[in-house]
Amino acid sequence: MALLDVQDLAVSFVTRNGTNKAVDGISFKVELGKITAIIGESGSGKSVACYSLLGLVPMPPGRIDGGRALFEGRDLLQLEEKELRAIRGRDIAMIFQDPMTCLNPYMTIGKQLMEPLIFHNKVSKEQARARALELLAEVGMRDPESTIDNFPHQFSGGMRQRVMIAMALINEPKLLIADEPTTALDVTIQAQILKLISELQHKRDIGVIFISHDLAVVADIADEIVVMKQGKIVETGDREDIFHNAQNPYTKKLLAAIPSDCKQASTTAVEPLIQVRNLCTWFGQGKGKEPVKAVNDVSFDINRGEVLGLVGESGSGKSTIGRSILRLVPVTSGEVRFDGTDLTALEGRDLKSMRRRMQMIFQDPFASLNPRMTVYDTLAEPLLLHGIETRKTVAQGVLKLMDDVGLARAFVRKYPHEFSGGQRQRIAIGRALATRPEFIVADEPVSALDVTIQAQILDLMQKLGREYGLTMLFVSHDLAVVRHLADRILVLYKGQVVEQGTGDDLFERPQQAYTQQLLKSIPGRSLLA
Amino acid sequence: MWRFISLRLLQAIPVILVVITVTFFLVRIAPGGPFDSEKPVTREVKAALEAQYKLDLPLFQQYTSYLGDLAHGNLGPSFKYPGRSVNELIAAGFPVTAELGLYALLVALCIGGLAGVIAALKPNTAQDYIPMSLAMIGICMPSFLLGPLLVLVFGIYLDWLPVSGWGDIPGDKILPSITLGAGYAAYIARLGRAGMLEVLSQDYIRTARAKGLPQWQVVLKHSLRGGLIPVVAFLGPAFAGLIAGSFVVETIFQIPGLGRFYVQAAFNRDYTMILGTTVFLSVLIVLFNLLSDVLAAWMNPRLRAQFGSH
Repeated sequence: MALLDVQDLAVSFVTRNGTNKAVDGISFKVELGKITAIIGESGSGKSVACYSLLGLVPMPPGRIDGGRALFEGRDLLQLEEKELRAIRGRDIAMIFQDPMTCLNPYMTIGKQLMEPLIFHNKVSKEQARARALELLAEVGMRDPESTIDNFPHQFSGGMRQRVMIAMALINEPKLLIADEPTTALDVTIQAQILKLISELQHKRDIGVIFISHDLAVVADIADEIVVMKQGKIVETGDREDIFHNAQNPYTKKLLAAIPSDCKQASTTAVEPLIQVRNLCTWFGQGKGKEPVKAVNDVSFDINRGEVLGLVGESGSGKSTIGRSILRLVPVTSGEVRFDGTDLTALEGRDLKSMRRRMQMIFQDPFASLNPRMTVYDTLAEPLLLHGIETRKTVAQGVLKLMDDVGLARAFVRKYPHEFSGGQRQRIAIGRALATRPEFIVADEPVSALDVTIQAQILDLMQKLGREYGLTMLFVSHDLAVVRHLADRILVLYKGQVVEQGTGDDLFERPQQAYTQQLLKSIPGRSLLA
Repeated sequence: MWRFISLRLLQAIPVILVVITVTFFLVRIAPGGPFDSEKPVTREVKAALEAQYKLDLPLFQQYTSYLGDLAHGNLGPSFKYPGRSVNELIAAGFPVTAELGLYALLVALCIGGLAGVIAALKPNTAQDYIPMSLAMIGICMPSFLLGPLLVLVFGIYLDWLPVSGWGDIPGDKILPSITLGAGYAAYIARLGRAGMLEVLSQDYIRTARAKGLPQWQVVLKHSLRGGLIPVVAFLGPAFAGLIAGSFVVETIFQIPGLGRFYVQAAFNRDYTMILGTTVFLSVLIVLFNLLSDVLAAWMNPRLRAQFGSH
């Protein structure tokens, strides 16, 4: 008998705008000792399906329309709240996407870890603490004795996710539901967490549901894969089936979206547009403290028409380099030449006219768009500000931009919240292009997006790069994404360039240990080999 | 932490200095003087009085001399209560007002906090609408209306509680405390509701539910602390506001507190009393704001750590 047997589960949300079928009659099984991956884009219903099993979907607006979910023979959907609570956190535990927000910031991790153990098993505080320490050590926390009484903010993202995993496992559940547990993490940390989950699952021989939007992530660990789209299951199979013998066109599209190819080296004339020399950007910590050397003596050129990829994990200084070039943060020392002019010496009006030629695209398209401005206002503002269009011609200019970035003209009066993440990023790209820049800094422009959308946006950026003759600095923590787009790649570690070369150089012949480690962390490497 | 506190205290000095200066010259601009009472006094008597209280000196000299006294903690003699200093009068009135303010704050915190939390648990249902509508009424109803209403109902019709006095008859502190606290209870209810709603929508609340905790534990252990931080930050200004605004209630219920002295001083042009009370209250406001900021920061582990490192 399967550990969990979901049959014809249907969940909908009743809102003012009608009923939205989030999960539309899905069936799947989870076996003890196996990892079942549920793959789908945001909105495909994969999380809702799992939350509804545990009564974690708020009702209303949520509503379970039908189906059964047999967990060890008992139908979870029919249980009383009290019975369900006894299962939740004891027999079935969960890990969530964002370890930054999923731990209570007002409680020490020790208290949070001990809580489910004390609540469900009525053990003493001393016993619970001892168990918590054991588990922290098991999930790879260094020196648990001295960190157990720390608050969540004192840990890095990866460490917090380890705490979440320890918390989920503390009652030795039979089923673990992991909802995008690595999506918010750097690629190297992601590899560690995936390995940890896989190891813990083997050791305990428990069932795992692993929810992800990214097929590549589960390539190395999943036994069974369920592919979901718009509330329905489009394909189910074991790993071999899905990766080597996919039948459904949507599954094939997901597979194709895994960035694997390498950009062909371009043959444009070598004429540097950007020259960075000995750039240092330090952030002061106040008197008497060592400054944080975010960028420490970095030099490189970007040629006209070239896309330079900048790769590194969080804190490596890659975003700071982009911001330093645009003078969005004060440069400590060094030189940034744009078309021969030293930007670090410019002030006021000169800087403003230079800024028109350089633009930035940010990671989070929602946070960087003004929620009170329509697309029209957002795109018209830079056009008018820099005198590219007059009041009379601005409407035409806006529509042309919308065509260029692939947004339907009908959306022109809509506000940012009415768009999906991918569409918002298109708006952000349109805004960046509005001033006809020569140079664009793209700071993790696709890392907040689903993989298929990611591929679309990357294609769009590539196409626009050619059409507009753009020079680009493409910042990302994801080597695979950068390889897809960049002519040359710079690998950054702790504020310094550790290696540079073409995509092929780095992928085939990495010289530095750090680059090799980054390459090893790319999810789904087994597919590329 | 100490650095933060001393910095804030230093910043308060110019603020209080401005308050003193503005008040000092404003009360002088107001027509009339402390000795213009109904019964006219002879010119000689008036001149003697003015000399005694240094009112014959040029205005600027009076100002510097006042600041000099103030630096020694001396708020000067009262003009209307001969023989008594402003310090003595404040020392007599403040404990009563402080007690009233404290009770009112407790009333506000208990009623408001509870209403806010209850409302946030089931937003947009009757459980939310009823306390929040009451809160709106509480904010809109001035204490000079609520006080007499309460007196009418509980003091006269029902005859449960005494209608005036302070500490003379058992129970005479209840109505003034409720009257003074009601408006603040309403503010706290709204702040508490907003704070709780914010916290209850956080991911870590979902984590707590996923652990299998029942609703009351999710609320008490995981939500209350974060949700009530805005309320705590409001307590300082609220307490200062309660004390500064207590004169209406003190008048209604015949309470011998600081507020009544303050209002009488303004009518009487009792220059030193007005100034002294203003200085005292502004110091109080600064202190309580600081206190609640420190408390709110201390409740947030992240900020607490930052303070610790300084």
